[in-house]
This record gives sequence, structure tokens and C-alpha cells, in this order.
Amino acid sequence: MEGVDAVFKAISDPTRRILVEELADRDGQTLFELCVRLISRHGLDVSRQAVAKHLDVLERAGLVEVRREGRYRLHTLDRAPLRAAWDEWFRPLVQPGDPSEE
Amino acid sequence: MRINLASVLVDDQVKALAFYTKVLGFEKKTDFPVGEARWLTVVSPEDPDGVELVLEPDDHPAVGPFKRALVADGIPFTSFAVGDVVAEHARLAAAGVEFTQPPTAMGPMTTAVFDDTCGNLIQIASMASA
Repeated sequence: MEGVDAVFKAISDPTRRILVEELADRDGQTLFELCVRLISRHGLDVSRQAVAKHLDVLERAGLVEVRREGRYRLHTLDRAPLRAAWDEWFRPLVQPGDPSEE
Repeated sequence: MRINLASVLVDDQVKALAFYTKVLGFEKKTDFPVGEARWLTVVSPEDPDGVELVLEPDDHPAVGPFKRALVADGIPFTSFAVGDVVAEHARLAAAGVEFTQPPTAMGPMTTAVFDDTCGNLIQIASMASA
């Protein structure tokens, strides 16, 4: 459950949940694009440093993959930890009789 | 006092002139030698007497790390106004220009970000349609 704990901790913050949603909208975003999305689409008053720290937390939880492509650092959402959280915690509660649990 | 010049720091003035004129569509305004480099400016054909963009050599040792750090985080240091970001993106992408951000609605603006091949990211912006 260690991985799932990290996921829940990562998405306990509303700004990080918005980052996850914006990355779900488009893979391969730069730090700049994510900052502009938070500010212009969500009216958040965040600094670049704060967004970078949030992205670090998401990366450590396995939710964000950072890759270097040429001269750019691009951020991509990895949905696997979300699926694991669903499978290990949400689904047994939401669908207790689900035979796919067996 | 008025603002008549803006600068981009380019790694190669010959390559920059080709990109900013042939690909982006600006026109050369002034070009004369200054030491080992050139005083080289372009203007928009939509505003030939307007602000000139200086294609400035980036050979100062502080410039390289500065430009690389901005580019790594996707930060455009320079922005141009266009009538329609989506149409400009289509035109430039067809010409082989690499975009780090496709046209995206950002509040009242639509923006996109491309690589000028001279070490800079450039934003283009228009007011969002509708």
C-alpha cells in the first residue's frame, strides 16, 4: 500500500489535482505551459517554484513522468498509479461484489 | 521617449535572418557591420515603420546558460501578436517549425510556443475567437 499512500498524499492537494487534470488534457507539457494553465484557466496565484515543487511530489508518487526531449523538459501523466489506487482501494469499496476482484 | 527596438539573442545571425524572414515572414530593415557582427533588424510587413526586432549575437558567456534554462522550462522570452494562432500554427508547422505548445486557450488569449532554431522559444498570441 506504500505506492497508494503516496498517490493519495499527492492528490490531497487541490493544486496538484488540477495539475493532474491539465496533464490529462495534454501529454508532454513544459513547466511554462502548466504554469500558464493554472493561472489563466483556474485563476490560481502560484509561482513557478511552487508549481515545480508540486510536480516533484507528483513525480515521486509516480503520477508524473519527466522526460528530456531535445532541449525541453516535458511532463507526462502516468495513469498507472491512479489505476492501482482504484483497484486496491476504491473498487473493493464501491463494487464489493465485482467478480473481477477475484 | 518611445520604444523602437526589441531584441532576440540568436546563436547565428545568418541562420536567424533566414528563419525570421523566410519562415516567419518578417522583412529585413537594417543590416550593417558592427565589429565582427552585424546590426541586423527585421520588421513586420504589417508594420514596416513599427518596432524593429534586433537579431542580436548571443556570444556573451552568460547568455548560453540563461537561454538553455528558459528553453528547458518551456519559457518564451519573446511574444508576437498574430491574428489567428491556429492558422499561424498550421502554416509554421507545415514549414517544419517545432512547437513546444500547440494552440491552447489560456483565458482570454489563445497562445502557442515554438522554437526559433536559434536557441529561443517564441510565443504567438491572439485574442480567443468567440
